[in-house]
Amino acid sequence: MKTITMTLVQEPELYLECYSVTPDQFAGKSLAEIADLPAHEGKIQWKLGDFFKFEGKAGETAADTKIVVNGNVRKMKRFGQKMSAGEVVINSDADMYIGGWMTGGKITVNGNADTFLGIAMEGGEILVEGDAQNYVGSSYRGDWRGMSGGLIRVKGNAGNDIGTAMTGGTIIIEGDAFIHVLTHAEGGTVIIKGDVEGRVGGQMVKGDAYVFGNLLYPLPGFKKVATVEKEVDGATYTFDQYIGDLGERKVKKKGEIIYGNLYLKK
Amino acid sequence: MVNSMAELLIKNGFVFDPILGIKGDIADVAIKNGRITDKVSDKAEIVDASGKTVMAGGVDIHTHVAGPKVNVGREMRPEDKFFRGEYRGGVLKQGKRMEMGFSVPSTWKTGYAYARMGYTFANEAAMPPLFAPHVHEEFRDTPIIDQTAMPVFGNNWFCFEYIKNDETENNAAYIAWLLSATKGFGIKIVNPGGTEAWAWGKNCSSIHDEVPHFEITPAEIVTGLIKANEYLGLPHSVHIHGNNMGNPGNYKDTLDTLRLTSGINTSNKFGREQVLHNTHLQFHAYKGSSWSDFESGAKEVMDYVNQNKNITVDIGQVTLDETTTMTSDGPFEYHLNQLTHFKWANLDVEIETGSGVVPHIYDKDVRTSGIQWAIGLEIALFAKDMMRVYITTDHPNAGPFTRYPGIIAWLMSEKARQATLDTMKWKDKVIDASNIASMDRELGLYEIAQMTRAGPAKALGLLDIYGSLKEGSDGNVAVYNLNADELPSDPALIEDAFRNTAYTVKEGVIVVRDGKIVAEPPKHTLWTKVNMPENAQVMHDIREKFSTSYSINLENYPVFDENIHNARAIELDAN
Repeated sequence: MKTITMTLVQEPELYLECYSVTPDQFAGKSLAEIADLPAHEGKIQWKLGDFFKFEGKAGETAADTKIVVNGNVRKMKRFGQKMSAGEVVINSDADMYIGGWMTGGKITVNGNADTFLGIAMEGGEILVEGDAQNYVGSSYRGDWRGMSGGLIRVKGNAGNDIGTAMTGGTIIIEGDAFIHVLTHAEGGTVIIKGDVEGRVGGQMVKGDAYVFGNLLYPLPGFKKVATVEKEVDGATYTFDQYIGDLGERKVKKKGEIIYGNLYLKK
Repeated sequence: MVNSMAELLIKNGFVFDPILGIKGDIADVAIKNGRITDKVSDKAEIVDASGKTVMAGGVDIHTHVAGPKVNVGREMRPEDKFFRGEYRGGVLKQGKRMEMGFSVPSTWKTGYAYARMGYTFANEAAMPPLFAPHVHEEFRDTPIIDQTAMPVFGNNWFCFEYIKNDETENNAAYIAWLLSATKGFGIKIVNPGGTEAWAWGKNCSSIHDEVPHFEITPAEIVTGLIKANEYLGLPHSVHIHGNNMGNPGNYKDTLDTLRLTSGINTSNKFGREQVLHNTHLQFHAYKGSSWSDFESGAKEVMDYVNQNKNITVDIGQVTLDETTTMTSDGPFEYHLNQLTHFKWANLDVEIETGSGVVPHIYDKDVRTSGIQWAIGLEIALFAKDMMRVYITTDHPNAGPFTRYPGIIAWLMSEKARQATLDTMKWKDKVIDASNIASMDRELGLYEIAQMTRAGPAKALGLLDIYGSLKEGSDGNVAVYNLNADELPSDPALIEDAFRNTAYTVKEGVIVVRDGKIVAEPPKHTLWTKVNMPENAQVMHDIREKFSTSYSINLENYPVFDENIHNARAIELDAN
């Protein structure tokens, strides 16, 4: 795998949209061509080269390309958006839409990520060493199709609306989360290892939510059905299993009604 | 500054004009003062159309591009705009204003996209009378194309009562008043009686189901409105979206509706021959008893249409896209929501109508969508008189209007149809449930001109203005990059030619050049002004209903002059 390193030389005045920073866009291009790729600051179009200097070499394919981002890119959005393969490493905090709509490859954020991390993601892996904000792995505003595949792991805390309208894939929040987890979900798994304020699985049709810590306000649409042992993220624990959302429409598979599951660690 | 007084000469194109009977002859088209004329001076600006196809500006007889339900579609679908706008710097900016949205485009994109396809007129097919000001304000913001809007009458309490009491004259007087109050164009019916029944959680799924609390049936509503339409002699006929739309087996209900025209003829001063226009026939031509044995009823319905000259139809072609359905057929939208569980909006418009909005995905890999796609094309390919069968998508219900070029390619090329069929996962099942695979008919440019300008303009009663290059018509012309003598064998090239004109001319002004918007001259809103003596009974009824059943005062109801943009009244004297 070839590595290309981009280092911040000029901070944008507003927020910069770095939708061009993906292995797919960089693959097969020279450093000059990469520096020429577009980026938007509000309605103004710049080039990536106006903000970054580039070193190293891009691979021939996305899968053979690794991008390392250095410097404080806290005010930059959309790294790895729609990427299909390869790797992006951000050695800083980053702004919104990191890894949105990605279908493959890996993104590592060695800092915090803002809102809309991995929204509508289809595949690949995102690792955030710090915290994430709202809408991790959710659908785009208005859309009914959230994350459908892949893995998002946030080592710190996350905010609201995790896995909204999720249909597949896994989200692991190792810290705490606030409200709205797996709302409207029709599949997928969300594991929260810390505490959750409430509203887990509202209008959920299918999917699995795991809460290791305290769930302060559970929803009334869930009913306890069993106590089970399950292996989660490499270790086995005992959970109380709840099904729901009982107020939502039901889907059937082979004659059996499918429910969403909420597992609370005992 | 654009100069509509200037002279323009479009030279040496292959001209197609079904009204003049011109079938691809090489000819010139002259325009002076915004109108087609027989000759111009040597100072005229020359447009070289040699090797290109020349037609009158396109006429869309049925589309939903303005008003509250379109706006609800825009509001509830932010995702319809995402990654689909062409409005950011770096992407070629096509017009003067921002373009965005796919199935529910912004007003700006609507005007520009129609103009780029060579269309210069579009009829908004369902205006809730109460919200007419909103419709007209969106017209003002839709550039280039002329527009009309049809108020919906098929669930209106006034009409119900006049029809029940067999008061054709009063019904006609009310219709004339409402057309004036809303600056509307003609009579639209959506699910007659069914949308009113929906206010009680019910529907009228056949033409003989009685409307709750009104002791009237859809058959009586349709017949009564046709009578009133012909009593007035309006430019357009009654324009109907019939009962039981979108359900397997509904072709029988459609035939029942069409048979209501039996023996009814028209005498009007606009050259219109039909008394009923059945819109988006594809949604009304379904056989089978459920979605599992669903199949095409296109042949049965078109056999009837072909034999009856007093009926026109448009196809409502499914384009196999993710789109947004929106109709005044409230119960239909509820059923669609129950099938897909996508988000749903629903509205009751007081004593006039209702509506619903639900996104929909016509997936080529879903059997039902494939069969629906086949039915639309079959309707066109079974047609014998192309002056009575028009290209539409019931935009955005079966797909966006921006897909018309693709529909033209499917109709002109069996290869294009086969290629689409070959991509379908359930191809064999689609073939079993339809006739499409056995149809080798390929339409020509003359027939396309009939289906997209001459025919719809005639059915709308607007042939003096649109649809033809005859002297005195508005100077609206489309020049396509198509050599009529050597049509490309690759259907994709036909599609490209119809997507972006070489030139679109609106009232003598070049508005599109090489597929790019270059000017935005003023556009017009057309409406129908009926001159008739005031009807004291009807005015009394109107005042009474406004005091008892409406949420607003009568004085605040009619469209204000400042709402309507560049009005152009089509006048007629009622009997």
